[in-house]
Amino acid sequence: MKEEKFRFPGEEWIKVFKDELNQNSAYEEAAKDWEGDFRFIVTPGEELEKEMVFYVSLWHGKCRDAYMIPDRNSKETEFIYEGPYPNWKKLINGEIDPIKGILMRRFKLKGSMSTIMRYSRAAAELVRTASKVPTEFV
Amino acid sequence: MWEFTGPRTIIFGKESLEYLKEIKGERALVITDKVIRRLGFVDKIANYLREGGISIRVFDEVEPDPSTETVSKAARIAMDYNPDWIVALGGGSSIDVAKATWVLYERPDIKVDEISPLVDLGLRKKARLICIPTTSGSGSDASWAIVVTNTKEQRKMELASKEIFADICILEPQLTSTMPPELIADTGIDALANGIEAYVSQWRNDFSDALSIKAIQLVFEYLPKAYKNPQDEIAREKMQNAATMAGLAFSNSQLGVVHATAHAIGGLFKIPHGRAIATVLPWVMEYNAMEAMERYAEIAKAIGIQARTQRQAVENLIKATRKLIEEMGEPASIEEMGMSWEEYKKSLEKLVERAMESTGTIADPRAPSKEDFRRLFTYAFKGRRVDLQ
Repeated sequence: MKEEKFRFPGEEWIKVFKDELNQNSAYEEAAKDWEGDFRFIVTPGEELEKEMVFYVSLWHGKCRDAYMIPDRNSKETEFIYEGPYPNWKKLINGEIDPIKGILMRRFKLKGSMSTIMRYSRAAAELVRTASKVPTEFV
Repeated sequence: MWEFTGPRTIIFGKESLEYLKEIKGERALVITDKVIRRLGFVDKIANYLREGGISIRVFDEVEPDPSTETVSKAARIAMDYNPDWIVALGGGSSIDVAKATWVLYERPDIKVDEISPLVDLGLRKKARLICIPTTSGSGSDASWAIVVTNTKEQRKMELASKEIFADICILEPQLTSTMPPELIADTGIDALANGIEAYVSQWRNDFSDALSIKAIQLVFEYLPKAYKNPQDEIAREKMQNAATMAGLAFSNSQLGVVHATAHAIGGLFKIPHGRAIATVLPWVMEYNAMEAMERYAEIAKAIGIQARTQRQAVENLIKATRKLIEEMGEPASIEEMGMSWEEYKKSLEKLVERAMESTGTIADPRAPSKEDFRRLFTYAFKGRRVDLQ
């Protein structure tokens, strides 16, 4: 049987991501004390013509909420993780390490850097979870 | 895509300090500790700098495991003195304080804990950095890292930025001639761990590999010689080179769980960094072996260990590491440092938390869980072996 795939970026994809994340015990453990929400911004590139933005609320090792928002200004968040669509594809396919991606300026991170650095393992688990979502790209 | 960055110039070998005469500038702030000052090293470098017309001010209040308060104090002096050179003279602590002071002097708008690879610091508008190590261990002179302690939280903060690589490193073997054997041992084991962790890191690359493997070879060959005879000039010089190479290597790959656990132990119990490293290094190698068997076997081969299988090579490498640690007079377990299990157990969860938060977990060959850390800290305390899987 053919595995169902979810289009990235898309509303269904982020819902599946949320469910996967809430089943990831390694993430739960690493992010036990984490409190903060993110905007994941996918800027245009290759096949993606319009900027897409996810809102993700993370709280004490769980994902409380995750959905698409109309644009980058429609919600305030503590952190922003932003990069062009081709780099998101590589990230989800496991070709870019999430932290190395920031160090090499493939992604931008806005928010308290010292906080993020202390939760680097949780960040890695977030991305590992994204790579587990059966994904088809636009 | 990845990059390799390091200090602009490394001067090494006998009479390297004479290079200071060629430095152009007006004012240098020398950051050091009282022991180094008492040994006359500050006067020595001040004389060379003065020959080039540079005035000197000295901050000599760096303590072991330096605090953020010390950095703030040094930064205030820098702002008052307005130097165009920051000169770090000493072991890893003095060099780390100098780097952090430099950042705060250039960027008074940021706090120490905001120093990160993700922040554009825009350094070198006011001053540049010279590092002159007087120990052979941390590799801080050639690294992108700063470790300072948040004393309130008893937490070692691991900070880093590609911008804080020194402009000039000076490795003068004469400056390590007064190191007592215990310090040679502690710092030398740190250099070894830096090299090993850089070599097995998930972020390793051909450039860091070349430096880490050479550093490991030098430590195994020359650390025992330097320890037994601190007047052996060649051994001292080779150990300086090894430490700096390992610093360059890990700055371009990454440190791992050895440092995550050692920083947690050192921060909570005030144990010298190299000694804390010695009490966890073989255990973490055993723990990592299942994910890094091939890499450890390559290290074994590089230092001349014969074995028929990879597993045997790794077992022999870990034995050789334990033997070296023992020969250096280092404790074989945390318990041997005189700590009671009851006292240690009270802090076990805090140790685990600190280690989990360390950047050393990012690129280690294994991603340890809390339970893994609990086991590691317990085994390292009791000196129990971790089964190679």
